[in-house]
Parts: sequence; structure tokens; C-alpha cells
Amino acid sequence: MHPERPTTDFEGIVSSVEFFRNTNIDFLGKKWYFLVFSLVFSVAGLLSMAFWHGIPLGVDFRGGTLVYVKYAHTPDPSAIHSEIERAGLKNARVQRYGQAANNEVLIALDIQETSEQALDKGKIQIIQALESHATAGKQDLNNSSSLTVTNYLLEKDPLHLGTGTDANPRYTAIAQAIVDYRDKVKGGVLGSISNDELKSVADPAVVASLQDNFYVSDFGIRNVEIVGPQVGQQLRKQAILATLYSLGGMLIYLGLRFEWIYGVAAVLTVFHDTLITVGAFSLLNWEISLTVIAAILTLIGYSNNDTIVVFDRIRENVKLLRRDRLADIVNKSINQTLSRTILTAGLTFLTVLALFLFGGEVLHGFSFALVIGILIGTYSSIAIAAPILVAYQEWRGERGKKPIAMPLRSGNGPAQPKEKVKV
Amino acid sequence: MNKNLSWKLTVIIGILLVFLAGIFGIPKDWSGRGVLASIADRIHLGLDLRGGTHLILQVQVNDAVNVDSDNAIARLKEDFRSRKINYADITKPDPVNHPEMIVVKGVPPDQTSDFKNIISDRLPEYDASSGAENSWTVSMKAQNLADLKNRAVAQAIETIRNRIDQLGVSEPVIQEHGLGQYQILVQLPGVDDPARVKEIMQSTAMLEIKQSIDGQAAYPSEQAALQAHGGVLPPDAVLMAGKSIGSRRDTESGEAWYIISRASAVTGRDLRTAEPSTDENGQPAVRFILTSEGGRKFYAFTSAHVGDSLAVVLDNKVQEVAVIKEAIHDTGIINGRFTQQETQDLSMTLRSGALPAGIKYLEERTVGPSLGADSIRSGIRAAMVGMLAVLIFMLIYYRWAGVNADIALILNLVILLGFMGYFGAVLTLPGIAGVILTVGMGVDSNVLIFERIREELRNGKTPPSAVEQGFGHAWITIVDTHVTTIVSAAILFIFGTGPVKGFATTLVFGLIANLFTAVFVSRVIFDWVLSRKQRGEALSI
Repeated sequence: MHPERPTTDFEGIVSSVEFFRNTNIDFLGKKWYFLVFSLVFSVAGLLSMAFWHGIPLGVDFRGGTLVYVKYAHTPDPSAIHSEIERAGLKNARVQRYGQAANNEVLIALDIQETSEQALDKGKIQIIQALESHATAGKQDLNNSSSLTVTNYLLEKDPLHLGTGTDANPRYTAIAQAIVDYRDKVKGGVLGSISNDELKSVADPAVVASLQDNFYVSDFGIRNVEIVGPQVGQQLRKQAILATLYSLGGMLIYLGLRFEWIYGVAAVLTVFHDTLITVGAFSLLNWEISLTVIAAILTLIGYSNNDTIVVFDRIRENVKLLRRDRLADIVNKSINQTLSRTILTAGLTFLTVLALFLFGGEVLHGFSFALVIGILIGTYSSIAIAAPILVAYQEWRGERGKKPIAMPLRSGNGPAQPKEKVKV
Repeated sequence: MNKNLSWKLTVIIGILLVFLAGIFGIPKDWSGRGVLASIADRIHLGLDLRGGTHLILQVQVNDAVNVDSDNAIARLKEDFRSRKINYADITKPDPVNHPEMIVVKGVPPDQTSDFKNIISDRLPEYDASSGAENSWTVSMKAQNLADLKNRAVAQAIETIRNRIDQLGVSEPVIQEHGLGQYQILVQLPGVDDPARVKEIMQSTAMLEIKQSIDGQAAYPSEQAALQAHGGVLPPDAVLMAGKSIGSRRDTESGEAWYIISRASAVTGRDLRTAEPSTDENGQPAVRFILTSEGGRKFYAFTSAHVGDSLAVVLDNKVQEVAVIKEAIHDTGIINGRFTQQETQDLSMTLRSGALPAGIKYLEERTVGPSLGADSIRSGIRAAMVGMLAVLIFMLIYYRWAGVNADIALILNLVILLGFMGYFGAVLTLPGIAGVILTVGMGVDSNVLIFERIREELRNGKTPPSAVEQGFGHAWITIVDTHVTTIVSAAILFIFGTGPVKGFATTLVFGLIANLFTAVFVSRVIFDWVLSRKQRGEALSI
């Protein structure tokens, strides 16, 4: 136990900010509380996966058609649903998406409407259904590509550029400017085709010409995802393979650097983390997409890191404090690394929280998985991995086997640095 | 300051400049816009940030195999006739799943050796094995079959690339995808309405000019056509559907049937080029020019058939039928009630060559540019907030050592982005998340070292010795954690698709950069700080 007062020879440390300076919490003693805590969340997650929401797979794995639409006004999902049903799509799902102020709607068709014979049939039907209020004979400027606008302007030639060589680049630039204005400034939906709306990007002559052939609907398509059954199956397989390889690699690496029991403890810890994270998604019924799987694999790596730091310190202390009980060594190690563990977790958590709060809707699932993962990953290194080590040791002791000397191989672990005195 | 230290400082400054160049290149002008433009040159944005279309298509390789086995059957029939080998029947029992298998029934046993000779001489890619009741299964050899399928995919990629090049899409990606599935990945940045591009990519564009045996006669149904010939097709003729003269393009009912010769006078391979043009009525049409070899064949055909009619067949449908007024050398007009856009598209697809097999779309994702712009905005916002939070925290918690960590962190970011610029890596939205995550995980190394230094100082060591111990002890753990995360990221890169690959890339580059900055750069800064301190002066940490 070190004295609380600052060291005498050197000043300055006193005023530093330091949490967790000389803690001595008996973590291992609390292991039953930890176990209960973990069990509660694991079981809740498992029950939800088995009986309630199941494992909510996103379109990447299930296959299907997703169309994200942004409206100029507050959309009414049930009205949209009836429009789509009238077009013959029976099992469409329509729901609000993202923040309310964005006026976005998600229209989903499942795999039945998405066959590889005509992959985009569902999407085309949806768009046709939404455009049922179309002005006959005119095209929707909110859903036209810049190429369409360019070709139209080239044909109508409102600026009377003739067939000179600069007609094409100039009209291409104007069309691109209009489309950019629509997409980057107006979020994809123009209010009208008028000089007021388009004055910053197009001449009145161009606007008048556009009015002849274009109208604006009240929506713009933001994003489309169509995954056929074959690709869905492939992605499922790839996700599973990636996870297995990750876990396998981890086991091998830890088995080499430490003893095999460390590897097993780490893998069990990772299972626990993954279970709770997937359980959280199931409880909240949030979809697991490819990026969410990437986040889960990343948090496996992160939890692993955390566990390694504690294991490293345990190994170091085992060499130093040969005569102490393993449980005491482990406790001491955790306390010594507590400062670093909480700090790192805290800092990484800060960054991931920033991602969750500010990163936008597309990354929502991904950042949520990381938020949960970092909390659980840190917790599990202390609450799961360490107790497993000690429990195994005690189990061996009870069986009458001699305790495994840790580390097994000498010469492993950090080299003792020579004390160099610098002037 | 000793020589060692100043040397190390120079190295660091050098690296900083090198990686800054990776990000910015040499900007043409130093205004805000110019700098942004040169960054945009170096760092490529993924589809999810730029907007565009991502497609996965599958080449129906069995189509190509069917063409080969059909040719084999034709050759076999010819040889059997000339060598007077009797047979009852030649069929393909399962053209859908096993297009490489042909069954010949009823070969007399005494002609077995002749039969086998024909197979080995004329169809070296095929093997023959005998079956029950004088039947033989003639099947393509496994290696040849695999080669044919792979060739079909390679050819499809080339053809699609030609077509997309002509469309003027910037920086498209067209490459084989997955393993052994005959799939092609196509990424088209900036294309937010893929309908036209998909149609252009998918059209087989197989052009053939054949003889129309009944002149201009178009029959309303197959039966009517057969009846005109007494219920039997003339030798070497086929029935083919097409548009009836006088019907509009988009009505289904305007279908007509023609009696067309099986052999072609001229095929797409004889085509040199095709371009939009007008016919004699001023309507949009496609004008084609044949190669010299093709021109000779065409001349021979047309001079032998003056007064007869030829049929222009596109993708096995009759496009038009015209009377041959005189011998034609090497140019012709295809008229089929096209719009101007259609003549342009058709010329383009003809020029790019025919697809060796049909393609099916398996996956389609289109990110609109408005979503792309929003994603960039949110990504950068989150990155700024995250970074600021970390930078400020380090300053408060570690004081001047915090400045050390912050410098290392900023340098880390520069190196990471510089790597991306040099490797031409693509930045995706999860990639931006990866940058943010790198900041969080990178600062871990600093924390590890600083905490150790604090501990050593508490134990009574001198600042220089504490710094030494801190870095020494922490080194192994830093390597451990970085290697495991890099391996994780590598697995993500191998198994992931576009956006996930971008995430793995920024994570790996960030961690490698961190190994350098957290250990080397931080150490150098500490050494520099220590070198300026008096003996016994405290270290601000």
C-alpha cells in the first residue's frame, strides 16, 4: 500500500488528475454478482432470440427489396401502404425511418417479390405506385438523373447554343448543377420548378424549358437495396466464416503467447460478449446488417485486447509474486490495470458515442453494436475472463493436480528492461 | 540536444511531410477550393459517400456451353452423314443442368470404332462413353468445360467494360466477384438511375443476317407458317419470331413468325462498327460496316440471292426483312422503328461485341447522391466531435504529456490519411467510423505508457528512468493488441463487401500508424522534453 502523499523528491505529481490511483477492490470476491448480472442479460437476450423477435437479420442476409424515400412533407405510412397495395404488392412494409424531421420512409418487400428473374421488379412497381399522381406525359425532376436532364436540354436547346462544341459540356454542367442543388442542398426533393427555386443554378430560359417536360413529385428516392436469394445466402455464409476464422485466430494466437487456458478463457469471454450484443439487437428488434457483423467482429478484437492487457499483467505478477495465491495475484493485477482499463474504455467509448449520436442513420446499427461492445468487452475482461482463470486453477487444485506454473515456458513474456540511468 | 535526438526529430518531420503529400498531392492553388479538389483527387470516395450503383451479376455460363454443344451436334451430324454412320437420335438429355452432355442413340456395334475415331478426331474436347442399347454419352471433358466457363466470364467482363466505357461513367469497377460462382461485380459511381445502364449491359446483342426463305411473308402464328409449307419445315430452316411489319414496338400482339434459314450469311463477328444513322425515310436507324472478310461473305451471299429477301436477326428475333435489290459489299442499314436513343444504345452494344452468355442480376444497391452528401456530413461531424473529446480529455488528464499524446494522435491521423492517398484506398462511411475508432484505440497505447510512467514515478524512479520503464513494459502489450486487431481487420477485409472493406482498411492503416506514433514519436517528444529539464525537475504527466 503506497502512501497517499506525493513522493518527496519530485514535485508536480500532486496536482495531477488521477482516478483509481491506489484501488484495492476485491474483484474476484464479487464474481457471483458479476455472474448473475451476465446471466440476466444473456438469458434475456436468448429468450428474445428464441421466442420474441428472433435474430432480426437485415436485408443483406434475408434478401428482399428496400426502398428509402424522402418526402417534402410529413409522410403518412398507412396512406403510402394503401397506394402500394393497390399496385399489387401485398406484403409491403412501410415505416418511418430515421429522425422525424427528415420525413423519410422505408418501404420493404421481402424475398418473395425479389427473384433473380427480374431482380428490380419490386422496386419498379413501388416507384410506379408512388408516382400515381404523376402529371401525364411529364417526367419527375425529383427522380431524374443528370443524364436525362442533359439529353433533354440538348434536344430543346433553350439557350440557343446550336450544335456547337460547347453545347454538350455547357448543358451537362447546367444539368449537373441542378441535380447537385437538388441533392446536396435540398436533400433530394425540389419544391417546384420555378425561378424562385432554381435561380441559383439555372437561367429563366432553362427553367421555362424544363417546365414544359418536367414536374416535381413530393418525394425523392434516397437509397435502394435489392438482394437476391443467392447473394443473401452467400453473405450469410461469409459472415459465419469470418466469425469462425476470427475466433480461431484468436484462440491460436493466445494459445501461443500465453497458455492454452488463457485462450479458452478469452474465447469464452468473447462468446459472452457476442451473445449479449446480439441479444441486445434482438430485444430492441434492430436489424443486423453486414456492417453490424463488422462491428461485432471489431468488438471481439477489442474485448480481446482488453483481456490481453489484464493477462499480461497477471503473467508479470505471477513471475514477481510467486508465493502469493493466484486469486490475490489476479486481484492485484486487475487493480493495477484498472486505471488504464477504465481510461481506455472511457476514451474509446467517447469516440464511439460520438459516432452513435452524430454519425447519422446509416451507421446506427454499427455504432450501437460498438457502444454495447465496448461496455461489455471491458466488463467481461474483469468479470468473466479473470474468474475463469482462477476457477480453472482451483478446479485443478481440487482434483489433486499440481497447479499449472504460469507461464509455462520460461523466456516468454516481456523482457526485463535494464535500468539505464539517463543524465 | 544530442545528435541522436535531432536526427530522430528530422525523421519525424520528414515522415510528416511525406504523408501530407500523400493526402494533398501538390495542390494547384492554395485556396480552400483548390485544396479540397486536390484531396478529392487523392482520396477516393466509396459509393456510399459519392452516390452510385453497385451491381452483382451472374454470367449464365450454361448458355455458352449450350452453344458449344449445339455446334458439336451439328458437326457430328455432318460427319455421320459423310462417313455413313447410322444413328437413331442425337439429343441433349438435360440442356439446363448439363449442357455439356450429348447422347447418341442407336449406333450399330460394327461401327463402334469408326464412331470413336470421329469423336477423337473431330471433337477432341469431348469424351465418349458407351451406354445401354448401343447408346453413347458424349460429354465435354471436365477441364475443357471449366475453361469454357471461365472464358465466358472473362469475355463477359471485357464486353461489359467496353459498353460502360462508351457510356462515359467515370472510374467504374468491373471485376470478377466471389469464388467459382461466375459472378461479376460492377460499381458505377455517379449513376443514380441504373435502368438504362442495366439494359445496355444485359443485352446479348447477337447480330446475324440470314435469308428469309419466304421473302417478305410474315405469318401470324407458327402453325400458319408450317401450313404454307405443307406442315413440314423446309430443310435447314427454322421458325423465328419477330415484329410484324406495321406493328408498334411496344405492343405484344404485333408478333409475327418467319421462315428463316438456319445458317447465317454474316454474324456479329464480321462487324467492324455500327453507328446511329437515318434510313431513306429519315427515321432513326443503325448503319453497320463489315470487316473485309465479312464484306466478301456478304457480297457473295447477296449477289447469289438478288431478288430474295434477307432477315436481320438480333438476339434470335427478326428485326427486319428486306429485299435484296443488288449485291451489297460491306455497309447496310438496320431499320426497326427505333427512337434516337435506341439507335445510339444499339450501335454501342453492337460495337462492344456480343455477350457470350446471358447475365442475371443478383444484387442491386443504389445510393442517391443526397444520401451520399448527408453521410459525408454526419461522418465528418462525428469524427470532429470524437476527436475533440479525446484531445481535450488527454490535455486535462495528462497535462503536458497530454500535449504529447495529442501531437501523436494528430500525426497518426495524417499518416493514416496519407496511406489512403498513396494506396488509392477507397474511403467509405464505415471507413470514417474506422478513423474515429482508430483515434479511440490509438490513444489506448498512450494511456498504457503514461499510466506505467506514473506508476514508476510513484515508485520513486527518476523521470528519465520512469519514461524508459514505461515504454519498455508497455511495448509488448501494445504489439499484442495491435497485431490481434490488425488480424481481425484483415479477416474483415477478406470476407467483407465494399463498405466493410473500407472500414477494415482505415482500421489497419490507423493501427500501423499508431504503432509508429505512440511508440516512436511519443518517445522522441518525451526525450526532447527531458533533455530540456534540469536534474530533479518533475515531469508533467
